[in-house]
Amino acid sequence: MQVNFDVKDKNLIVRFIGELDHHSAEDIRKSIDEEYRKKMLKNIVLDLKGISFMDSSGIGLIMGRYKNAQGNNGKLALINVNPRMEKILFMSGILKIVKVYQSEVEALSNI
Amino acid sequence: MIENNMKLEFPSKSQNESFARVVVAAFAAQLDPTIEELADVKTAVSEAVTNSIIHGYEGTDGIVFIECNINDNKIEIFVKDKGKGIKDINIAMEPLYTSKPELERSGMGFTVMETFMDELEVKSEEGKGTIIRMVKEFKSVSTKG
Repeated sequence: MQVNFDVKDKNLIVRFIGELDHHSAEDIRKSIDEEYRKKMLKNIVLDLKGISFMDSSGIGLIMGRYKNAQGNNGKLALINVNPRMEKILFMSGILKIVKVYQSEVEALSNI
Repeated sequence: MIENNMKLEFPSKSQNESFARVVVAAFAAQLDPTIEELADVKTAVSEAVTNSIIHGYEGTDGIVFIECNINDNKIEIFVKDKGKGIKDINIAMEPLYTSKPELERSGMGFTVMETFMDELEVKSEEGKGTIIRMVKEFKSVSTKG
């Protein structure tokens, strides 16, 4: 798994590429947190488009980033959530607190 | 009668999580499942193997065993470890329960397995290990292959 970062204003956009499981989640969360802190950003947008596989480790990763953003008076949003990921995320109840947007533009204007 | 079967064992390293789910999916592919059904199996195997590595062996060296049997349009999957075992299976299976919140585990592993598979059975003994048995019926298969 690989992540690419984009910074727009105070928003960190994280683009995932590959498979998100327990093994990849550990490194990925460290690099996201480092980028977020280093650039002193506020909101986080996770773009799930490039994820080819995700298990419940994805829930933990999203939840952890949500807490970080919240602790920093920021928000977390998800974009490009496919039906399969939605099924897993819905089960955990995380979609009650984390917003899903149809596009990056929509996420950035509502966040 | 078992029509086909396979066994796999590997060290409890997290990089083997993807290896395990891909191997099981490749074995299941002979039943001609839909992409969705195959993704269900991959996700459930990933959860079971991750449990063995994180909870069974707690990051120490051990062996994870997988056994798969194919019968008609069903695949039966066993994921076994000789790790520390689960003290209270009912509590462990509750959604959102995790014994390792510091690792950002969501506590949804068993719920995912239960949702994506048709049968789930967990046997565990403290100090001896855990065996997970899961069955998936591929509805798309109408006749024997």
